[in-house]
Amino acid sequence: MRIGLARPDYVADEALIDSPTRWAWIGALFVALFAFPFVANEYWLYLACLVGIHVASATGLNILTGYTGLVSLGQAAFMGMGAYTVAVLQARWGTPALFNLVAGGIVAMTGGLVVGIPSLRVKGLYLAIATIAASFITHFLFANWDSVTGGTAGLTVEPARLFGAALDTSFRLYWLIVPLTIAMVVGAANLFRTRIGRAFIAIRDRDISAEVLGIPLLRYKLLSFAVSSFYAGVAGGLWAYFFRVVTPESFPLILSIFYLAAIIVGGMGTILGSILGAAFMAMVPELLKLVVGWLPLGANATLVLSPVRTIVFGALIVGFLVFEPQGLAEIWRRVRRFFHLYPFRT
Amino acid sequence: MSIVESVSSERSLLQIEDLTLAFGGVQALAGVGFSVAPGSITSVIGPNGAGKTSLFNTISGFYRPACGSIRLEGRDITRLPAPKRAALGVARSFQNIALFRGMTVLDNIKLGRHCHLRTNVFDALLYFGRARREEMQLRAEIEERVIDFLEIDHIRHAPVASLPYGLQKRVEMARALAMQPKIVLLDEPVAGMNREETEDMARFILDLRAEWGVTVLMVEHDMGMVMDLSDRVVVLNFGQVIAQGTPAQVQNDPEVIRAYLGSGRVDELRRRLAGARAECPA
Amino acid sequence: MSFDWLFLLEISLAGLGTGALYALTGLAFVVIYKATRVVNLAIGEMLMIGAYVFFAFAAGFALPVWVAIVAAIAGGGLLGAFVERTMIRPMLGESPISVFMVTVGLGSILVGLVELIWTADPRRLPEFLPNEPIFVGDAYVSPKVFYGFWVAALLIVALLIVFRFWRGGVALRATASDQAAAWSMGIDVPRVFSLSWIVAGMIAAVAGIVVGAIGGISSTMGIFGLTVLVVVIFGGLDSIAGALVGGLFIGLVEAWAGAYLGGEFKVLAVFTLLVLILMVRPYGLFGTHEIERL
Repeated sequence: MRIGLARPDYVADEALIDSPTRWAWIGALFVALFAFPFVANEYWLYLACLVGIHVASATGLNILTGYTGLVSLGQAAFMGMGAYTVAVLQARWGTPALFNLVAGGIVAMTGGLVVGIPSLRVKGLYLAIATIAASFITHFLFANWDSVTGGTAGLTVEPARLFGAALDTSFRLYWLIVPLTIAMVVGAANLFRTRIGRAFIAIRDRDISAEVLGIPLLRYKLLSFAVSSFYAGVAGGLWAYFFRVVTPESFPLILSIFYLAAIIVGGMGTILGSILGAAFMAMVPELLKLVVGWLPLGANATLVLSPVRTIVFGALIVGFLVFEPQGLAEIWRRVRRFFHLYPFRT
Repeated sequence: MSIVESVSSERSLLQIEDLTLAFGGVQALAGVGFSVAPGSITSVIGPNGAGKTSLFNTISGFYRPACGSIRLEGRDITRLPAPKRAALGVARSFQNIALFRGMTVLDNIKLGRHCHLRTNVFDALLYFGRARREEMQLRAEIEERVIDFLEIDHIRHAPVASLPYGLQKRVEMARALAMQPKIVLLDEPVAGMNREETEDMARFILDLRAEWGVTVLMVEHDMGMVMDLSDRVVVLNFGQVIAQGTPAQVQNDPEVIRAYLGSGRVDELRRRLAGARAECPA
Repeated sequence: MSFDWLFLLEISLAGLGTGALYALTGLAFVVIYKATRVVNLAIGEMLMIGAYVFFAFAAGFALPVWVAIVAAIAGGGLLGAFVERTMIRPMLGESPISVFMVTVGLGSILVGLVELIWTADPRRLPEFLPNEPIFVGDAYVSPKVFYGFWVAALLIVALLIVFRFWRGGVALRATASDQAAAWSMGIDVPRVFSLSWIVAGMIAAVAGIVVGAIGGISSTMGIFGLTVLVVVIFGGLDSIAGALVGGLFIGLVEAWAGAYLGGEFKVLAVFTLLVLILMVRPYGLFGTHEIERL
């Protein structure tokens, strides 16, 4: 039960972490994140890295779709741009990993700006469909610009080098991926404490009025695309370093749908939602593998796994939209509220 | 058009001249012109469909007039895009409340200050440093000047969607105030309010002028409020100004009475409509 | 070297054939949009279900073709009714994006179901269309495409007549623009919703049978739906005429791109067309322009 939370000044009122209890929890989380790689086995480290990449990308998509209301099915395409940039830079010039990641982000950001330019005329669903088109066009580029992207065969990526060490195991990559992801999530949370974030939300809720109140629409829509696709580009670059191979098939439309599903399931328009949603959607296939393994299906288990996964994926999207449109973040908030107010009834 | 008294252009804050606006075949504004003196409360009244909201939308920058001009403190803003007009001090509240439902009251009000803030995206991502300083300064100022003034401190963290209608209107006004306006366009500020709420709002509008020195231009149907509060009244009908002057003058103007009550003479109506200019002067 | 007109004619005829199928599926899409304002991205998957139900009855149960066709159409209608009742009706009043995502989820569920029951391997439908090659003048047209074109054309004409002369067409449009007002006018809104989805499901099933007959069936058939999306954007989301014109046009463009530029350029051509139409006429050739009020 948490009562008597006095906020002595505006700084305290506006803070992200607003009570000693919260500080304690965040502290514990950081300790856990730090200790995790030393106690976890290869499988869990692999998952942790994957979840980190998903969280980074989902946060980017949430900025664009959840907060600014610009539905995008192009997140995978932007990730691909980042991934290919990293792969090409690493292969041709051996530039440092962090530089490559930022470059990947910038290239993806340029792509995002191009896709965002029509967003003033083209709204809502039409914009979503335009991003589908962009997704296909980028896929075509990846598959056919042989000289740069290696065509349908793709590119292999040498391990990233950080402070001289080659990041060729999940353990080592953890120390690149997790801090970067944390930085990106905190950055996104900060964004929405400032006028930039408020402008994004205003555009989502009522863009015409937003303009009359002093927000230049095109500039801010483009800014949202830029930030979001930068995030995607960095996530794509991390993907390249993680999977060590980049092909046109690495970033299909279904991956964009995956990220959109992740933020729907997690909770659109919340930072926590991106984290919960990405983690959840990454874990579900693993959970399914376990469940299907337990069932007495024998040799058929592997055949059944893939379609079941597809069905569950679709069912999660439909289920959350129909029954819990505000996602896991809302469920989390309800649980928290219960514990805050216990033993008082709400 | 019976101009009983007009404000000379040297003294006016907002000068509307010859504004003409048409949507397809519908003439929304036909040669509308009037002035608003600084520090005054001016009301725009007229029957439904007279063009009042269209007038406001044109002043805000949402519509582009076919011809005519809008001058703010002598500066021509007719071709300026809406965000720039907001930065120059044209604030607005909306007829059907246009609050951002995804945000709290405080965030909505802070949004009003958007065009005057300097935080860029890099400052924002980092937050500690310039962004935080600006945000805290903004918060302090809004608390002291706006929230106290409009007596909405008890709901500052409430999501706007949960507020009753009257409070939402007040938050809209708060947001308009946060824009550091020179002129506030209030579109039906007391629509749908009971007696007590109307009197509260009237008090706020008067205080607005007294404490903030803000000029008020409002569209309103509540005649009691219009006549009690306004320094000047402009009457629109069929997109034309049919009278303007002090409340007493306008109340007794035969044209105004005819517009609201009708004279029953169809040929006169036809003549008046034909007189409304459909095109801009060459 | 003189231009090969015959080749162009043959390609164009093939394109018109596919175009008619796009138009038919586009019609199913437009019916749903006109009545319920829902952008149904799962239209390709509904088409796939129709094809697979036909397959199940014709090949699996070895029943006569006409029984399988009826079963597939019934199945399509049932699917439409079920989806509308369980997934679309609860989303009444939610943002269009949310409903759009529900259809995306639906598509995924359908694909998974098909893969579960029939595996992901492509299959061929039992032959039921006449086999002799068709010649239009000197130009060769694949018989399946030819008959497919006429099936689609006949069905489209029938539907147009129904919409023109049946007051249900007006009911459909009324429900789409303002549900509350339509209801207070005495239009049974839930019934209009169900009916539109049932009809769309049935149309999609027919299209599925034809598409399956031409190119075989597989769990990735739903990709057809993405091209249909381009067709309806081109023609206008709520325009039947637009779906027709759009379908034929896109079919032609796709065929020309495939023949003269190469197979991999088909998708690029179609989606570049989409981008162009979104920039120039976002509401499509015949769509109604939505006006926003401040």
